Amino acid sequence: MSPVFYILAVLTLGGALAAVLLKPLVHCALATTVAFAGLALLYLELDAQFAGFVQILVYIGAVAILLVFAILLTHGSEPPRKGAFNRTWIAGAVIAAAVFAVLGWAVVRSAAALPLQAAAPVVTVREIGFALMGRYVLPLEIAGLLFTVATIGAVIVAMHEKEGAK
Amino acid sequence: MNPLVAFLLVAAMLFAIGLAGALVRRNAILVLIGIELMLNAANLNLIAFWRYGPHPEALTGMLFAIFSIAVAAAEAAVGLGLVIAIHRHTGTTNLDQMNGMKG
Amino acid sequence: MAANLDQIFILLRDWLVSFLPALLRPAAGVVLGVVAIVCVFPALFALTTVFERKGLARIQNRLGPNRVGPFGLLQPMADGVKSLTKEDIVPSSANAGVHFLAPLVLVVAVFMGFAVLPMGRNMVLVDMDAGLLFFFAMSASSELAVFMAGWSSRNKYSLLGAMRAVAQMISYEVVLLLSSVSVVMIAGSLSLTKIVAAQNVYSGGLPHWYIFTPWGLASFVMYAIATTAETNRSPFDLPEGESELVAGYHTEYSGFKFALFFLGEYLAMFSISGLGVTLFLGGWSAPCSGLEWVPSWIWFFGKMMLSIFVFIWMRGTLPRLRQDQLMNFAWKFILPLTLLDLFVTALWRFMGEGWLRWVVSTAILVAAYVLLGRAEMRKKHYGPRSYRYAE
Repeated sequence: MSPVFYILAVLTLGGALAAVLLKPLVHCALATTVAFAGLALLYLELDAQFAGFVQILVYIGAVAILLVFAILLTHGSEPPRKGAFNRTWIAGAVIAAAVFAVLGWAVVRSAAALPLQAAAPVVTVREIGFALMGRYVLPLEIAGLLFTVATIGAVIVAMHEKEGAK
Repeated sequence: MNPLVAFLLVAAMLFAIGLAGALVRRNAILVLIGIELMLNAANLNLIAFWRYGPHPEALTGMLFAIFSIAVAAAEAAVGLGLVIAIHRHTGTTNLDQMNGMKG
Repeated sequence: MAANLDQIFILLRDWLVSFLPALLRPAAGVVLGVVAIVCVFPALFALTTVFERKGLARIQNRLGPNRVGPFGLLQPMADGVKSLTKEDIVPSSANAGVHFLAPLVLVVAVFMGFAVLPMGRNMVLVDMDAGLLFFFAMSASSELAVFMAGWSSRNKYSLLGAMRAVAQMISYEVVLLLSSVSVVMIAGSLSLTKIVAAQNVYSGGLPHWYIFTPWGLASFVMYAIATTAETNRSPFDLPEGESELVAGYHTEYSGFKFALFFLGEYLAMFSISGLGVTLFLGGWSAPCSGLEWVPSWIWFFGKMMLSIFVFIWMRGTLPRLRQDQLMNFAWKFILPLTLLDLFVTALWRFMGEGWLRWVVSTAILVAAYVLLGRAEMRKKHYGPRSYRYAE
């Protein structure tokens, strides 16, 4: 493995860990952004250029901004009165560790069956476009419908409730 | 090390971190962040398998990941809208205090 | 000779690189390109500040800077020295780490955008297949830097300015992306060099620039409005409205960090006008077939500086909008028109050659503009203007 991979993996996992562990919510959101950026770079490392740029555009350009907006709109930038972790945090941590143990065990045990090396695939945006408009046109249309529904839904949910109506 | 195994281990680790975030934090927004991290871990898996799989020219894994990114963005928008609406209604984003079903 | 002049920077780079061993040459070529971009655009920024101040002064019937150097041309040097020697103040309650990172993230994100802009024939740093997507990904990352600056300063004006800026940038980014998509639909490529090549065709001495089509003109106008909002320029400079918010998200910045914000703002202006030139105005191609002997980079930079001049002109002419007007304009007027423009572009693509598609697409766009404008205006009741003073 190249050193670039290790740097990116540390960046991504470090950002994710900080996002989960830090106390101030805005710091968590910024740490999440670091994790997202690290993932985008990992996609580039995997020769998936298009997916990497889409990741930056969608996650850093939109989701991270949504997160910080939500934090500010819910007065989350003030320090929490109680602790950041809930009462059953030990159970949660144990479950997560168990899940990682199972996944890691499965990956390591099946390592022999996995393909070793593959030539880097060269994918042009043109091919992606044809695939989206040809073989994957139905998922694309459903995704478009989903976006319309999600936009309208988010606007209605977050809209001010009318006075008196309950 | 086998490169695919390395990527899969990173994805598994990221998934576990996201799961831990979703399980242990009090704040609803951080639970959403945890869910986003888990989704991202799944995307990393998809792209890694696409890259080292037998048929990268079919683009299936990468397009799956791109659709998943799109769906995750919609999910984040609706989820954060819900958090804001609940905060407006009850004045809290603490999940331990959101225990009433009646508005 | 003309061809050599056209490729002079490429030849210069190759000549410089040829001194190195063959192994290092590709990397050295890229490094030289980066160095050129990092030198040229800040120099252009320095020139633009003095021209902006001179131009605004002319519009407002003043003289403008005229003390430092001939015609005040050395003013940016004085400004630079001043900002470098000033004390760098970090508010005591500020979040020092984020406060320090914000201007760096902004400038880096903005500089990255230049990597894919074709600034002349063969003059592109990285000819990426998904160049346009890369550009927008980078410009989207600069929004987060604005938020970081506003939030970390722990100042209500900074935070309000940042919230305004981010809300505005997100809203107009939708318009920006959708208006560029129409070009992608016709050119059939996300690579900026291919988009320029598609426009670098002449018939009857006139170029095939996308602005000379009904959908292209409509997209260009909407793109121009969106870029003005995206770069926080007047009349959309609410995030920095000095009468309301002191200086918006960079209120608490001083010295060199403030200079970095200033630089970032102007570089964003350059890169986004460069992209507009590439998408709609033919990039580095000459405006008519007789003028092709002029080096291509002169055309690119000329067109870019012309659009910068229009930015300055608008700043001197138009009053600032209100926040609700800004948002309503984006979501209720521009966005529907952009979507319709995408439809018209598809129609143009499939109607084939001939005059019919000109008539149909122009008619649809003009009718939509007039009807939507009327419908928007009908709700507003404009009486005689009344003034209210604080009591």
